[in-house]
Amino acid sequence: MSLWKYANPVKFLHLSERVLPTLWVLSIACVATGLVWGFFFTPDDFRQGSTVKIIYLHVPSALMAINAWFMMLLASLIWLVRRHHVSALAAKAAAPVGVVMTVIALVTGALWGQPMWGTWWAWDPRLTSFLILFLFYLGYMALWAAIEDPDSAADLTSVLCLVGSVFAVLSRYAVNFWNQGLHQGTSIPVATGERSVADVFFVPLVIAMIGFGLLFLALVFYRTGTEIRLRRTKALLAREART
Amino acid sequence: MKALLLRDLRLAFRAGGGFGLGLAFFLIVVMLVAFAVGPQAELLSRIAPGVLWIGALLACLLSLDRLLALDFEDGSLDLLATAPLPLEAALSVKALAHWITTGLPLVVVAPALGVLLNLPPQGFAWITIALLVGTPALSVIGTFGAAITVGIKRGGLLLSLLVLPLYVPTLIFGAEVARRGAQGMDVSTPLLMLAGITFGVLACMPFASAAVLRVNLR
Repeated sequence: MSLWKYANPVKFLHLSERVLPTLWVLSIACVATGLVWGFFFTPDDFRQGSTVKIIYLHVPSALMAINAWFMMLLASLIWLVRRHHVSALAAKAAAPVGVVMTVIALVTGALWGQPMWGTWWAWDPRLTSFLILFLFYLGYMALWAAIEDPDSAADLTSVLCLVGSVFAVLSRYAVNFWNQGLHQGTSIPVATGERSVADVFFVPLVIAMIGFGLLFLALVFYRTGTEIRLRRTKALLAREART
Repeated sequence: MKALLLRDLRLAFRAGGGFGLGLAFFLIVVMLVAFAVGPQAELLSRIAPGVLWIGALLACLLSLDRLLALDFEDGSLDLLATAPLPLEAALSVKALAHWITTGLPLVVVAPALGVLLNLPPQGFAWITIALLVGTPALSVIGTFGAAITVGIKRGGLLLSLLVLPLYVPTLIFGAEVARRGAQGMDVSTPLLMLAGITFGVLACMPFASAAVLRVNLR
């Protein structure tokens, strides 16, 4: 029993069929609970009013936008080292989910920034690095779409993902150097354990974050399954065309 | 290696090789910016370092798709790949040739264009140094982009989408050096960061470029 047995597409599909219903139910329940609780059953902040509630969309989506890239990086490394097709397809499947998360984070941030900072957009380090991350996602997806041969596409996008990760980190520091921030620091520093979010807001936020994480997992499982089936269909069609 | 470098340089300088196109493009970009923002001298002098960097970036990008595509089409890339010279070295040499034909001329003419943009006198040395330190990174990163898109038909647009985000750190530090230099401030921190990026990229990027090129030649 090892993790690598799920590199076999059949085993992977089997696993995802067993896991997916639970994942869907759990993630939707968590997202719904977190959002409904956050939107309707928390008090308004005394300075920010009800705009504070956008945190329940903004923070989880931003979290998953970054983690999606990490997951792609990991999957790309596994593909480059061990050549498991499922891994490459999982990276491919995660990219559109990640880009949607990035867009949600950017848009909700702009909506919140307009009343609070008085501007939709500021060239702040965090905002700018998210925009750069968005561009990386676009480039990654465009490269997948541009190459016909699936194996070379997987190879090229994997290397691009590796190089892109290094440059994303570099850009993050460069942008920090370039402009001082308007965006507040993290509200929930894991290491120190002191958080600046009050308990009433914190519990639904954590639920929403867990929900977004599970939703991401469910979507990636689902989309990877679709990619595997798509490739099988292509192989079948090619075989039929030959005979 | 030397033979390869000389061959690439000769091809670039020969008629139709496109040498000088980058320079003309650089000049046009600078001119268009002046048209677009108007002729106020103090405004131009404030944005001059940024404009020069953007121009250098775009001029570099313009010549990237011919960097490997022509050799890919006529098969000389396959010969290079099977030659005893490692592909990493071959790509480094190609990046060097690209820098000599596009980056270096830009560095040389940048002060002249700075005059057009009313760059403050103390800025001339720093924009030249910033470009001199930064443009090799542009060529090497660009070689990676060219190696990724070499097998794709009409890959030019994709190439810019892939390469431009990778240029962000170089651009930030390069423009910062030029800006601080023009205002007479201390430039050592951004200059060191810029040099760090250039050297890091020089050391690591050829391996990534060679890896993707091998995939594309498969």
